[in-house]
Amino acid sequence: MSAPLLAAAALHVAYDGILAVQEVHLAVPAGRIVTILGPNGAGKSSLLNALMGVVPCAGCVTFAGHDLAAEGVEARVAMGLSLVPEKRELFSSMSVEDNLRLGRFRLRRGAGGEAALKKIFAMFPRLEERRHQQAGTLSGGERQMLAMGRALMGEPRLLMLDEPSLGLAPLVVRDILEAVARLRDAGVSILLVEQNARAALRIADYGYVLEGGRVVMEGPPATLQADGRIIESYLGFRAAEPA
Amino acid sequence: MPHRLLLPLLAALALLPLLPGFPPFWVTLLCYAGLAALVALGLVVLTGVAGLTSFGQAIFVGFGAYASAILTTRHGVSPWAALPAALLAAGVMAALIGALTLRLRGHYLAIATIAWNVSFYYLAANLDLTQRNDGISGIPPLRLGETALTEARAFYPLVLLCLGLALLATRNLLDSRVGRAIRALRGGALAAESFGVDTYRAKLLAFIYAGLLAGLSGWLYAHLQRAVNPSPFSLTMSIDYLLMAVAGGVQHLGGALLGALLVTLLRDQLQSLLPALLGAQGNFESIVFGLALVMLLQGAPQGLWPLLMRPFARWNGPRAAATPPPAAAPLPQRARPAPGTEILRAEDLQKRFGGLVAVNGVGFHLEAGEVVGLIGPNGAGKSTTFNLLTGVLAPTRGAVRFLGTPIAGLPARRIATLGIARSFQHVKLVHGMSVLENVALGAHLRGRAGALRAALRLDRAEEARLLALAWAQIERVGLAAVAHLPADSLALGQQRLVEIARALCLDPVLLLLDEPAAGLRHLEKAALSCLLDRLRAEGMTILLVEHDMDFVMSLTDRLVVMNFGAELAQGRPREIQRNPAVIDAYLGSAA
Amino acid sequence: MDLSILLVLVQDGIVNGAIYGLLALALVIVFTVTRIIWVPIGEFVSFGALTLAMLEAGQMPGTVALTALLGLGAAAARLWAARARLTPAGVARCLLTALLPAGLAALLAWACLAWGAPQPLRILAALAIVTPMAPFLYDTLYRPMAGASVLVLLIASVALHLALQGLGLIFFGAEGSRTESLADSLLEIGPLLVTGQSLIILAVTLVLIAALALFFGHTLLGKALRATAVNRLGARLVAIPPALCGHVAFTLAGGIAALGGILISATTTLYYDTGFLIALKGFVAAVIGGLASYPLAALGALLIGLVESFAAFNASAFKEVLVFMIIIPVLLWRSWRMPAALDEGEE
Repeated sequence: MSAPLLAAAALHVAYDGILAVQEVHLAVPAGRIVTILGPNGAGKSSLLNALMGVVPCAGCVTFAGHDLAAEGVEARVAMGLSLVPEKRELFSSMSVEDNLRLGRFRLRRGAGGEAALKKIFAMFPRLEERRHQQAGTLSGGERQMLAMGRALMGEPRLLMLDEPSLGLAPLVVRDILEAVARLRDAGVSILLVEQNARAALRIADYGYVLEGGRVVMEGPPATLQADGRIIESYLGFRAAEPA
Repeated sequence: MPHRLLLPLLAALALLPLLPGFPPFWVTLLCYAGLAALVALGLVVLTGVAGLTSFGQAIFVGFGAYASAILTTRHGVSPWAALPAALLAAGVMAALIGALTLRLRGHYLAIATIAWNVSFYYLAANLDLTQRNDGISGIPPLRLGETALTEARAFYPLVLLCLGLALLATRNLLDSRVGRAIRALRGGALAAESFGVDTYRAKLLAFIYAGLLAGLSGWLYAHLQRAVNPSPFSLTMSIDYLLMAVAGGVQHLGGALLGALLVTLLRDQLQSLLPALLGAQGNFESIVFGLALVMLLQGAPQGLWPLLMRPFARWNGPRAAATPPPAAAPLPQRARPAPGTEILRAEDLQKRFGGLVAVNGVGFHLEAGEVVGLIGPNGAGKSTTFNLLTGVLAPTRGAVRFLGTPIAGLPARRIATLGIARSFQHVKLVHGMSVLENVALGAHLRGRAGALRAALRLDRAEEARLLALAWAQIERVGLAAVAHLPADSLALGQQRLVEIARALCLDPVLLLLDEPAAGLRHLEKAALSCLLDRLRAEGMTILLVEHDMDFVMSLTDRLVVMNFGAELAQGRPREIQRNPAVIDAYLGSAA
Repeated sequence: MDLSILLVLVQDGIVNGAIYGLLALALVIVFTVTRIIWVPIGEFVSFGALTLAMLEAGQMPGTVALTALLGLGAAAARLWAARARLTPAGVARCLLTALLPAGLAALLAWACLAWGAPQPLRILAALAIVTPMAPFLYDTLYRPMAGASVLVLLIASVALHLALQGLGLIFFGAEGSRTESLADSLLEIGPLLVTGQSLIILAVTLVLIAALALFFGHTLLGKALRATAVNRLGARLVAIPPALCGHVAFTLAGGIAALGGILISATTTLYYDTGFLIALKGFVAAVIGGLASYPLAALGALLIGLVESFAAFNASAFKEVLVFMIIIPVLLWRSWRMPAALDEGEE
């Protein structure tokens, strides 16, 4: 693998007096899907928010060789880093199309929007059907597609997805993760935070398991799947994995 | 709160005019500063403590002043006898205005009070009752025996006396059961409601109290000035009062005093200085005041009093160690249902948010003396279920019965009275209040004393029992050593324990804990586990949401698993751990 | 009351209502985008009108100096905010965007005085002098306290109102002024006499509302402002800079308020402190719209204008009381319809 696109070293995130993330080292190579797995409350979201600059952190984060320490959220977006947050954070009273167009705000105020819009609609045809509908009226799966579409309109180099499968039915989850895999094939690097470990490991190139704010295990999917410790960290016991 | 410096400050103010050569005009200024301090003190309670901003305090000053002026000049009432009427007028008006606006968000109150104040000004300036713009003159002075208090020097002790009494009453009020409810309004309204506090009434109380202090100030004003007209009750004056409170330190009793002194004296100086400097007439001091206030908000948003107090922090600060409150007779306890009887049954609960179904057809029951875990992946609807049980949300469909009473859709504070206490996923403790006071908030429903008894310190016997109860619960969760510290200075794990102690103060039948072990260290988790075990042995029923599976599996008797808002499985921990559907829910299906 | 009086009152009410409506719109824009309840908007009404009056009288208004001073302050504040990563281009942009409008305003003012410009040009100059103050104040005052609560921002606004009103007294004195009407003609429509100025006020109001609707509905920048109002975090994640939105919102509001003052000053005498009272009525209208709804706020403004003009005729002494008491049924209705949810603390 070449030099990673995004690298974090000795990352600590603290708020309200607790350390949500401790001593995390992490690398996302260009053109790969890296997934972060772990049970609820393991610090996965805090980690993504810190990488995006939404919450402060200690440690060293570099993106494409640049140190991100002094950069705010907007600057990071401008560099090609994009986050689809767990709560989606859509503009609920605005139309699907407006949401998407605003995703391109950083690129000379939305230049080249038509072509980009076409690409998004090709990826998520459902969004084209709902083009003029208010974002707040969408179903959970459509919201996730819109949130991803909005992020992609800004043509990011690295897309960070926080629990894209959260609260979605299995079929929708499959659609969305397939879209993620296609994005990787189109050259976008992905950092995928998931609770749905099996689905994530199917498309990922590399994975980290976070527990109590620390990386307890990392490796390629095959290694992680073979290891019973994932189940242990999720359910608090070691069991024979049912195929 | 550091009140101990207030007494020397008041004493200094009392002695100041006795200095040889102290200019009489300055005594008059001090009188007016004292009157303003009374109003600002009300704002400390209202804005600083309860978090409600009023741009209309001059209205209540006006009601006090006009009531006394009208009664004494037209109906021959003695000035002293007019005092209760003045207070009544201001209080009733505050109750009316408050009832109309206090259910709305904070900034509506601020804007509404602006409108009220403008209206009041024009009313006073145009009604015959208030003699229009000319105002009422010839108001009789206050008399002590044969002496009329016409001179500022003679009036000044009365102002100081009123101020001293107001400070005392305010301190007493805030340091009581009702005071804790008022203090909980800032940031902790939901928690307060969950412990039976009627937050609307608490707001109204703070508003009326501030109105009464303003009315007292108005009564004094009428008999000091011996004439009233609309201009001292304009919006500008209301803004001035708020400015004084904010500049002095809106969260401190001393701040009101300091701000009033500072602004009154400075204004007087600037009023003579600035026109001379600028070579023109006009109230230019408002420019200086406006800019000073802006800079203060940017630089020291807490006001000047805390800055001033910093050097004294050492001998004025909290005592070095926590001392238990004196022992007191224990409070009566609720009858506990026999172990094994069903205490709660939820049936077919559903909650929709717009198009989103957060909880869908959940049903389960709880038996007295068991610990049940509610688990499931993120977004499964566990916290929403909690909120449906505790009245924070009303279910779209379905029923909940607790000890035979249907509780679905009841407000949180009604459910609290029935014996359900809870902790919160995002800790909700009142900032600035000590651990002991925060825990005592949980005992709100176990006391009766109201504002009047509190202000007059007639609530001490009951207060001692409440504090003794709170202390006992703090000891139980192992936080006695830090009971005197501000609750927000504790680590998150300890704050969760404070929440549990607070919940125990309610004397609950059912305890709902939302992620009690999150943020706890290993040993703390073990201690919490022991505590919950002991509570179960005492007959307490506990329902908990928790992600730490070791903790859940070792502690609970039974588990309810949720996924996609619906119930996925119920059973003993061992069965759940082997349930393939549960494993799939957590790890995702391999499909 | 006969028909002609009734029609005159309705006309007055609609004209004043239009001005209140403009102010209400400006207040709603600023509040939704920045969470600032912008009390000093009233001073912009006064400043706009009185700056024009001074230009008409051939005097240099003090507002020119104030704009220049605030421009310097804004440049300093922007440089300070960006001190961590300053590039020469960034420094130049900070200085230019702050100093250019101030310089332009001074130049226009000077040109007006030197060559006795016609009224439309003087109006343009007055707008150019007063409008930039709004974004400058945002830079110097509000941005350093961006994280503060709505209430703290409100108190800061009131303080700013005090300071600006005091400055207004210095600049313009205690005497009131009236500006030249843009159209002196009288139009007779049946029993109704319509003044040219009221037609202009209505036309300008409608054009402005249409322009705002276009801006917010059909431009990316306008949508970005709405997006910021709807979801702050979402807006940050698509790199909509909060400062840009603040500048646009404040510029719009400052310009609208100054224009409102200029329009109304041809129909009535304005004093240095009149703007505050006018703005308060805009507030009542905005509150009727829940500080969020533009159409409701506009309707509220119309209602206030009408109540005011009828009250002025029937009970002139209690005109203001009646106008401000409109807020009571509105608040009652609001508190009954949507009592404040148990907030997670004060915002």
